[in-house]
Amino acid sequence: MSTPSAAVRGPAAGTVREISLAQAIREALAEEMRRDPRVFILGEDVAEAGTPFKVLSGLVDEFGPQRVIDTPISEAGFVGIAVGAAMTGMRPVVDIMFGDFLTLAMDQIVNQAGKVHYMSGGKLKVPLVIRTTLGATRRSAAQHSQSLHAWFAHIPGLKVAVPSTPYDAKGLLKTAIRDDNPVLFFEDKMMYQVKGPVPEEEYTLPFGVADVKRPGRDVTLVATSSMVYVALEAAELLEQEGISAEVVDPRTIFPLDVETLVRSARKTGRVVVVDEGHRRYGVTAELAATIAEEAFYDLEAPVRRVGALDVPVPFSPVLEDRTVPTPQQVASVARELCGRN
Amino acid sequence: MHPPVAVNRAELPEEVQDVSAADWLRMYRRMATIRAFEEQVNELYLSRRMPGLAHLYIGQEAVAVGVCEALRPEDTITSTHRGHGHCLAKGARVDRMFCELLGKAEGYCRGKGGSMHIADPDSGNLGANAIVGGSAGIAAGAALSAKLRGTNQVSVCFFGEGALGQGLLYEVMNMASLWKLPVVYVCENNLYNEYTHYRETTAGDILARPRAFGIPAEEVDGQDVRQVLAAARRAVARARRGEGPSFLLCNTYRYFGHHVGDVDRSYYRSREEEEAWKAQRDPLRLLRDWMIAAGLAGPEDFEAAERAAREEVAQGVAYALQAPYPDPSEVTQHVYA
Repeated sequence: MSTPSAAVRGPAAGTVREISLAQAIREALAEEMRRDPRVFILGEDVAEAGTPFKVLSGLVDEFGPQRVIDTPISEAGFVGIAVGAAMTGMRPVVDIMFGDFLTLAMDQIVNQAGKVHYMSGGKLKVPLVIRTTLGATRRSAAQHSQSLHAWFAHIPGLKVAVPSTPYDAKGLLKTAIRDDNPVLFFEDKMMYQVKGPVPEEEYTLPFGVADVKRPGRDVTLVATSSMVYVALEAAELLEQEGISAEVVDPRTIFPLDVETLVRSARKTGRVVVVDEGHRRYGVTAELAATIAEEAFYDLEAPVRRVGALDVPVPFSPVLEDRTVPTPQQVASVARELCGRN
Repeated sequence: MHPPVAVNRAELPEEVQDVSAADWLRMYRRMATIRAFEEQVNELYLSRRMPGLAHLYIGQEAVAVGVCEALRPEDTITSTHRGHGHCLAKGARVDRMFCELLGKAEGYCRGKGGSMHIADPDSGNLGANAIVGGSAGIAAGAALSAKLRGTNQVSVCFFGEGALGQGLLYEVMNMASLWKLPVVYVCENNLYNEYTHYRETTAGDILARPRAFGIPAEEVDGQDVRQVLAAARRAVARARRGEGPSFLLCNTYRYFGHHVGDVDRSYYRSREEEEAWKAQRDPLRLLRDWMIAAGLAGPEDFEAAERAAREEVAQGVAYALQAPYPDPSEVTQHVYA
């Protein structure tokens, strides 16, 4: 993973440090746990181990095993327990080590967490955050590499965040923890060491507000999570050819900032949507359809989509690398849209 | 009302020897309310005045009433698709229950939940659940929450023996035992997983399952509210002392079908079996016969209780039938908090 371009917008003012995305996540959790005694962490190997990605290292030392709770390998069970705790006055943050393991907890997320508020006529709330990972290219094969965020964005009652920078991750995670709804918070496991500017001062970022990561005139690249970096690299390639690409990061796919996406689409008239989920029935389809519906008469060309290849993620590096969108691929599609083959 | 009479203590488990005749009679009244409520639900279905389906609790009343009698108002329960009895036993009102079943605005969930999703946090009911075993995590989570918040609340997880087939139950029992959570697992074995006898679906010894996690487990006569209350008090006291979960296997029987539309049941159980349970093991009759024989109450007390229950149900359903539906604009409310 390359480091973010200097064009990536970060904090405006104040004391700013360069920290990794993992550290940004850790800071968000620590700050919220200090602020609110109801916040606690639950998951596999979250305490002394600090997760295999070491995102949570040190939290158990500050907050103790009562608030950083190691669970058995029982995703459905501990997600269900978190739902019940959230319904009764706590604010759990669950760690699902690999996004692929969400499949084990689908009933608890989709049928329970996502519906309790509605089914109870608004009486019960589920202030629950489920932090998990997405993203391939770690050579982890088909059951540790999927990007399943689209599934949850399909379910009314759930919110889904897909941050791309340390700054966004910290601000959005703090918002997620303060939200009274279940939030799925997806972190690309290849981004944990990505560094970026993050202010010392406390801040939060609202859900449903996209961020223009790079302004441009000729084509809009809408990209999520680590695909933001792919889009930014594509924009650099395009720049060399005289094509000015705007990169827009929705940051949350539900709620979705339709307005910012459409404004950019109207400005450039050409849009490529990039997401690491499978292309079919995925996030790219939803975003492309939304932009087409809202900005059709301002578009110069059909909205194009770049997603993960519609195959299970293979192990062999030469195969796996074929499945994930690349800057070259995105640039090529953008070039076609601009009539520059 | 008869004057207070000393209960024949020798007949009663130690945990319930302090229960007064008035309290037993109150429990009878509550069981009668559940029965009358469910009979009315069946009538609403048969007369096509109720949308959807309902799963009747008739025959199992002693379990809900006995367990909830052992709880405090602030204690929580989670319930099942066959949950009307649990809701009423924990303190829900008959009229608002009917409103919910009929999809009316004054229902506990403003008509959004219906029969299988009634939740009433004010009475400690965290919700019925239409996924078999689906609330096992929520119940354990409520117990973890009580422990973390230091409230001394106890959480009860009601489920049928059908839920013994769900892996979630074992995942959360493992954690409840490891973390000594104040949760009581109440397994109501009404013999049938929907339309299949539990012997065809359940291997080995049921009690061995919780015991494998180090959870004390006992078999309870679920038709005898005295035994249910005694066992529930033991389990609740253990939870309250911080000693962890318990498992009660309450043997009971579902008088009606899996749901109100399940009327032809001959392919999975016999009429004789149904009649034998009703004649010999009816929870209301067992309590009444004992109280009369023990001189704790007279036949007129039970007639009065049943009359009052029927009246409450009649008034409740009449109220609900004329109550307004929610405004259609409410369909998009409560998706997000």
